[in-house]
Amino acid sequence: MKNKIIEGQVIPFDQSNIDTDAIIPKQYLKSIKKSGFGPFLFDSLRYTDPGDLSTTEKRSLNSDFVLNMAPYSGGNIILANDNFGCGSSREHAVWALKDYGIEAIISTSFADIFYRNSFKNGLLLISLKKDELDKMFREISESPKYNLTINIQNQTITTPNSQAYSFAISDSDKERIIFEYDDIELSLKHEDKIRDYEDKMKLKKPWIFENSND
Amino acid sequence: MKKTLYDKIWNEHLVHENKDGSSLIYIDRHLVHEVTSPQAFDGLDIQKREIWNKNSIFAVSDHNVPTKNRASGIADKISKLQVDTLVDNCKKHKISYFDLNNINQGIVHVIGPELAITQPGMTLVCGDSHTSTHGALASLAFGIGTSDVEHVLATQCININKEKNFKINVTNSLSDFVSSKDLILHIIKKIGTSGGTGYTIEFTGNCIENMSIESRMTMCNMSIEAGAKSGLVSFDSKTFDYMLNRRYTPSKQHLNNAIKYWETLVSDSDAEFDKTLSFDATDVLPQVTWGTSPEMTTDVNGKTPDPENENDSSKKQYIQRALDYMGLEANQDIKSIKLDKIFIGSCTNSRIEDLRQAAKILEGYKISDHIKQAIVVPGSGHVKAEAEKEGLDKIFIKSGFEWREPGCSMCLGMNNDSLSPYERCASTSNRNFEGRQGDKGRTHLVSPSMAALAAIKGHFGNVIEFINEK
Repeated sequence: MKNKIIEGQVIPFDQSNIDTDAIIPKQYLKSIKKSGFGPFLFDSLRYTDPGDLSTTEKRSLNSDFVLNMAPYSGGNIILANDNFGCGSSREHAVWALKDYGIEAIISTSFADIFYRNSFKNGLLLISLKKDELDKMFREISESPKYNLTINIQNQTITTPNSQAYSFAISDSDKERIIFEYDDIELSLKHEDKIRDYEDKMKLKKPWIFENSND
Repeated sequence: MKKTLYDKIWNEHLVHENKDGSSLIYIDRHLVHEVTSPQAFDGLDIQKREIWNKNSIFAVSDHNVPTKNRASGIADKISKLQVDTLVDNCKKHKISYFDLNNINQGIVHVIGPELAITQPGMTLVCGDSHTSTHGALASLAFGIGTSDVEHVLATQCININKEKNFKINVTNSLSDFVSSKDLILHIIKKIGTSGGTGYTIEFTGNCIENMSIESRMTMCNMSIEAGAKSGLVSFDSKTFDYMLNRRYTPSKQHLNNAIKYWETLVSDSDAEFDKTLSFDATDVLPQVTWGTSPEMTTDVNGKTPDPENENDSSKKQYIQRALDYMGLEANQDIKSIKLDKIFIGSCTNSRIEDLRQAAKILEGYKISDHIKQAIVVPGSGHVKAEAEKEGLDKIFIKSGFEWREPGCSMCLGMNNDSLSPYERCASTSNRNFEGRQGDKGRTHLVSPSMAALAAIKGHFGNVIEFINEK
């Protein structure tokens, strides 16, 4: 089975309610592509000068921002407080995280739309209990070089001190991460059922299917 | 089994239940805009997939469009490419598209209900979190990401888990000049930005029953700001009246049957909710957000919080960070906060009722010299035309506001309407996140009449006191 272990440095964001506007600001949503958002991840926190899709000059890094500090700058696992990914439904936020190299985010809770968008793109989200999360934050502040090993199949996280935490994940989300399923293909396996439903509704609620396009 | 409105719409649209507990739910309406759709259309092309039901789709450009000088087109090349891409995709797939100079153009969540594209009992999705707005018409509506936009285009379904039922019951009446915006901010202040996560919220109680459909839309619109993807209000005589004689109202041939179905779209009287909260509307004063999350809200007569009063260190830090970003002190009187810009618009508050409320305050007054810019951006071409018919545009212009073309505008500042660093704005929009209206910009969320009063005074004021003194 492929891709069942994620291993790497943790990037600590000791903040709650990190919203998708912060993850990828609006000016980058003008792109019509899915790729290339990594350099703009957390753009207004990460750089001291403004930027947009047409910026060609080298940007100035904000040395106080966690992504710009060693050893976090090489990290691939974000640790954040409650309600990560709230606000706008922009999937660009997930594309930016993935493009930057983030493979997993650990928090106590995630916003619903962000949660769906993440698993659709193979980004693993893990919810831990508040005391477990707090303990990790404490350990990182004591020793910033902090690598976690996440075993998706076994649903465990192992810390540098060899402490293991287990986490919950639905079977389908787990499979999405491991097998990178095409959700559309899975749904189209029920094509006949969808057609049957639609035919029934065309009789029961014909007004739903009215449109001046007809 | 007694059912909630959410249960009923869910059951009606259930196509298939998967073993893992998720369900395939049929989608009746799919609204599409320029920002979250190009990658979805691309995905279809790459996989050589067809659109399942093009008649279910309505498209419009709103997020990334100029709100003035429309005749000269879109100057920003990157924005123009995005809008053109939607136009091309709609042409190619024969999807209904309202172009920029069409009176039907406007913010997707304003035009959906206004044209009766949204109808009671429908499931409706859009690649935008404020799709919750449409729940005011007793339809199950929620925002989705671009992968799901592609999924709905290709399958007409979405594969989701059912949410839990959350009833928010509001009794009694709001005071004059206190609006549904104040009420929903008051509710978010109490339950927090994740208080509704995992739930569909239904708003009930005599306060909601007495509310106009447009006010209900403001409530449902901001459900997502409490973490709930969908807000709902049961069908009633107000919904019925609203649905008649609109562009896509069911044809005469089907209307009676539609109405019969719509009348079933109420929560059963003793339906069980997983969570219930009650609010008294008479407790609600005009609200102002002071921080960088919609839950950071206080009464206009209040003060900014003092982080020193918090025992929890992360809460302390959370408040301090927001005060620092907003350039405010602890224990500062809300009324003392001076504004640079005023924005009246967005899918939260850009309907005719909102503009009437703001105009009522502004009539006979000029905006303060402190205000660098004040703009009104109507939610749609129809709202704009109606406002002009009523002479509201003249009131706005005379007081010093700019009267613009419809779009999302300064709510998210994707077009040229945005805040410069450190500028402070009283805004009728829905999000006060860091940088939302412009890099380092500072947003205070308020109702339309509170925004109008802030424009006159140059700082916040209590609209109730203003009216009493008037």
